[in-house]
Amino acid sequence: MLRRRKLAETLFKAVGICSLALGIGTLVLLFGALIVEGASRIDWQFLTSFPSRRASQAGILPALVGSSLIMLVTAVVGIPVGVAAAIYLEEYARKTWLTELIEVTVTNLAGVPSIIFGLLALGFFVYILGLGASILTAGLTLALLILPVVIVTTREAIRAIPVQIREAAFALGATKWQTVSDHVLPYSASGILTGIILALSRAIGETAPIVTIGALTFIAFLPPAPVTTEPPFISFEWLMSPFTVMPIQMFAWVSRPGEDFASNAAAAGLLLVCMTLGMNGLAIYVRYRMRKRIAW
Amino acid sequence: MNKSLAAVREMIRISEPVIVEATARRRTQHRREQAIESGLCLAALMSVAATVAILTVLLWESLGFFKAVSLTDFLTDTLWTPLFDDAHYGILPLLAGTVVTSLVGLLVAIPVGTVSAIYLSEFASSRLRELIKPVLELLGAVPTVVYGYFALLVVTPALQKLWPDLPGFNMLGPGIVIGIMILPLVISLGEDAMRAVPMVLREGSYATGATRLQTAWRVVVPAATSGLVAAYVLGVSRAVGETMVVAIAAGQNPHLTWNPMEPAATITAYIVQVALGDLPHGSIGYQSIFAAGLILAVMTFTFNMLGHVMRKRFREVY
Repeated sequence: MLRRRKLAETLFKAVGICSLALGIGTLVLLFGALIVEGASRIDWQFLTSFPSRRASQAGILPALVGSSLIMLVTAVVGIPVGVAAAIYLEEYARKTWLTELIEVTVTNLAGVPSIIFGLLALGFFVYILGLGASILTAGLTLALLILPVVIVTTREAIRAIPVQIREAAFALGATKWQTVSDHVLPYSASGILTGIILALSRAIGETAPIVTIGALTFIAFLPPAPVTTEPPFISFEWLMSPFTVMPIQMFAWVSRPGEDFASNAAAAGLLLVCMTLGMNGLAIYVRYRMRKRIAW
Repeated sequence: MNKSLAAVREMIRISEPVIVEATARRRTQHRREQAIESGLCLAALMSVAATVAILTVLLWESLGFFKAVSLTDFLTDTLWTPLFDDAHYGILPLLAGTVVTSLVGLLVAIPVGTVSAIYLSEFASSRLRELIKPVLELLGAVPTVVYGYFALLVVTPALQKLWPDLPGFNMLGPGIVIGIMILPLVISLGEDAMRAVPMVLREGSYATGATRLQTAWRVVVPAATSGLVAAYVLGVSRAVGETMVVAIAAGQNPHLTWNPMEPAATITAYIVQVALGDLPHGSIGYQSIFAAGLILAVMTFTFNMLGHVMRKRFREVY
């Protein structure tokens, strides 16, 4: 009987390792498939060309530019609001029904499927506010989408700061905001940064909400430049420009029949995966460093 | 005596402006503090505003839809053809597609996820755990459109080697990929739940002569049930809302079938399909995606609530 139990245990260990390997194997297989299909397509021409009817001449320049500009809007809007909300909930909020309501909605928003954010954007930003399928709309949509991620990770980072630090600041006569801005925020900066990187890496890969607001899948121009030759030299016209982003470009290529477009899709996918995994790796590294260095 | 009184008076006279100035500064500082607090509160209220906006937009546009389509038709008609001349608005085909792909996903994620979680929490060394966790996080970070590519061009062809008559678009391939996608969530929540089981219970079990495996199955897993169930429920919610994988690899053809080997459309895939076309604002087709979205939102809200209640429970038991 003892031998049978030992056998059962060994068997279970094997099954456990196999099921863990499934995840890792998938990741390897995914990377392998993208590299085999797409790596040969990535060159300077691919990065700097517009999409084309002919697969071999198509490139992802508008998607690269579109993704970067949208990330800019998302970061400028989403990060300050998210961090501010987290500071409020962690440092200021008293237990009232309003705080409770905010907590519940943050938890809920984190679990809302991203395509629902797309419907919100379509109904609210595109039609009620009349912003159209523009870079601004997409940026605002993704900012809302990453809001819960930023709030939750920032709160965790702030919560890790011991209360004695705050008490010391108060004892010296600092006000609440002075304590937060001079002590709590700088000390939790690396934790907040980790959250921001993770949130942006999620936003850059999101497809569904951006398809829903009516982004174009075939774009042969770039948005107007943010810097102009005439005064006032800075133009915000690009905010209202139509756009495409990397995941949508990939989606458009996957949906087209033909071997050539599939390899374009793989190339776009490879870039996308490298970007998101790179950002995630950075976040994991920052968190690892932080855990090692700080001992309160 | 008189002289010193005069000196005190003199001191007060001099310090008066200083005190006035100090109170004035404190007052502006106080005002600034309050302005900052209101600003921060406003930012926190954004999440409430977003939730209210989501509900309002979904309900408002669906209201227009349900003025044209009766609720009975919507819930019982077996055809979903809003864009044809002979339009039918039965949500059942989309619901069936959603349920089937999610079920296939769960059939992958629940056994594999549970076994992995047990292994990680009860058997694995802490070094392996530290190594595996970031990899799992990466698995959850891959963009869904890439998983869609993977389902259509890697998993489905592989399955076709096993079943040669499997169509290029089917629900099996995307379902399996969805299962792999929700795996990190199931594993990490499941492991958290088992880690929360106190050591005393395990030691008690060992003391009666049980092996590690017996302890894991008969003591730790039952004690962590509510946490495990919470992990499954949140996994369901994620699977139901998953969009790009099914939009790419399941075919976007809504017809009522429960067979995972056939192509079908899910609620999310239908929304994407309509959004890609050019539907005029206010038309019934446009409103239909909000009605479909409302169903999706209700389903995921319910699952999320259920999941969070379960998670709270396993935290409070011990």
